[in-house]
Amino acid sequence: MDVIAGNLDVFGQGLLISIQISVSTFVLAGGLGLLLTVCRISPVLPLRLAATAYVELVRSIPLLVLLILFVFGLPEIGLVGPLLGTAVVAMSLYWATFFSETMRSGVRAVPQGQIEAARALGFTFGQVLRLVVLPQALRTIIQPLASLLIAIVLNSSLAAAVGVTQELTGQTQLLDQRYAQPLVTFGAAAICYVAMAFIIGRSAGYLDRRLAVQR
Amino acid sequence: MFGRTKAQNRPEVTITAQEDSNSNSLIRIRNLNKYFDSFHCLFDINLDVALGEVVVVIGPSGSGKSTLCRCINRLETISSGVIEVAGKPVPAEGRELAQLRAQAGMVFQSFNLFSHLTVRQNVALAPIKVRRLSKDRANALAMELLGRVGMADHAHKHPGQLSGGQQQRVAIARALAMEPRVLLCDEPTSALDPEMIQEVLDVLTGLAAEGMTMLVVTHEMGFARKAADRVVFMDGGRVLDVAPPEQFFTNPRNDRAADFLAKVLTH
Ligand SMILES: Nc1ncnc2c1ncn2[C@@H]1O[C@H](COP(=O)(O)OP(=O)(O)O)[C@@H](O)[C@H]1O
Ligand SMILES: [Mg+2]
Repeated sequence: MDVIAGNLDVFGQGLLISIQISVSTFVLAGGLGLLLTVCRISPVLPLRLAATAYVELVRSIPLLVLLILFVFGLPEIGLVGPLLGTAVVAMSLYWATFFSETMRSGVRAVPQGQIEAARALGFTFGQVLRLVVLPQALRTIIQPLASLLIAIVLNSSLAAAVGVTQELTGQTQLLDQRYAQPLVTFGAAAICYVAMAFIIGRSAGYLDRRLAVQR
Repeated sequence: MFGRTKAQNRPEVTITAQEDSNSNSLIRIRNLNKYFDSFHCLFDINLDVALGEVVVVIGPSGSGKSTLCRCINRLETISSGVIEVAGKPVPAEGRELAQLRAQAGMVFQSFNLFSHLTVRQNVALAPIKVRRLSKDRANALAMELLGRVGMADHAHKHPGQLSGGQQQRVAIARALAMEPRVLLCDEPTSALDPEMIQEVLDVLTGLAAEGMTMLVVTHEMGFARKAADRVVFMDGGRVLDVAPPEQFFTNPRNDRAADFLAKVLTH
């Protein structure tokens, strides 16, 4: 236990970096996922096909393989970026596909009649999306989005496998190498992850109750 | 044979295609055909609705009444023919279409209020976003219209908290907030419990009396008699008769219309 008490700052630092990685990934993947979703419901066939192909392809690659491809593969063809940034980009490209699937299910839950009513009032395609579809779609997918965020947080630990040692799992590995007490160190790391998942889950429950759409 | 009514003083409905444009017509439909893939849904529809006129469309289920309404503001594409609203052909796409849609307000059978917005926001949204009124003006307009349909006291509620009749009255206010030239109503009372039908019909009758141009699909024969200037009878995707309500109800010229009336009126 002294290992933990003596290294609280290490865990704190690791936790902070993990949160930063997760939040950046969530935001980037959310933006790209939204773009993919809009393409997939747009009236333009090539956009629909391209977005669908992207989702089907990228979600079929294991995240670890994608990370290795980006961090170790791309430099072989001269594409070198900062390690942390590259890892975040790879994770965002991956999680965007799940965002897109989740958002699409939310969009499908918006009654078609409301979309027609909006069109009949003279809203453009963009306005229908922004004013009617997305606000309702987002309300119905708060819980699935929370699950997605939890998955992003937990899997941010994969970054350690490609050398991002600053984040929580990476820091824990370093402590493990120093003290050789994996049960204690990784046990503590696990508690940190559980705590984050718990907080996300609870917040989502609260938001869901506050924003639920009454039908 | 049928429909060649040229009732004096009445804006005319042309069943034949060759009629010249009627400068009085707010809606002018010529040779409209609509296919769903290979299914021919509307056959050579010709219809005019004059400024201030109330036209009621009746006919059996599946006869194409909804599709006709939806073609007028291009919720459905048309396969051939011409539809003009206020003298302009309905454009196929884009901003112009949005503008034209705003001139033809639509009231749906299933209300279709935006469930994430309050009653007031439902009415004010399009004036703000499409007509570009200031928020204050749009809200004032919304409250005025809600007053007219008797819903001002419910302005802060969400649609899920209202009865069907109340929702439909809000939906009418929402359509009116765009200050449309014509109101298209597709079976506005068909989804309502019997005790709520009258409150919605009262609002529509009031609008008719104020001179609102309306095309109303309905099975409410009492409303048709009272509010309609003309009744259009559709069956199998065709307009089979157009007549003043008096004549249509007391002495239908078309056999299928007579059949239909016999069935509906005995119920
Ligand atoms: N989106 C659609 N796709 C295929 N067929 C349709 C569609 N909408 C309507 N129809 C068909 O067109 C016919 C007319 O439908 P509709 O206009 O809804 O009739 P009504 O409103 O008079 O009951 C029906 O046979 C219906 O099945
Ligand atoms: Mg119908």
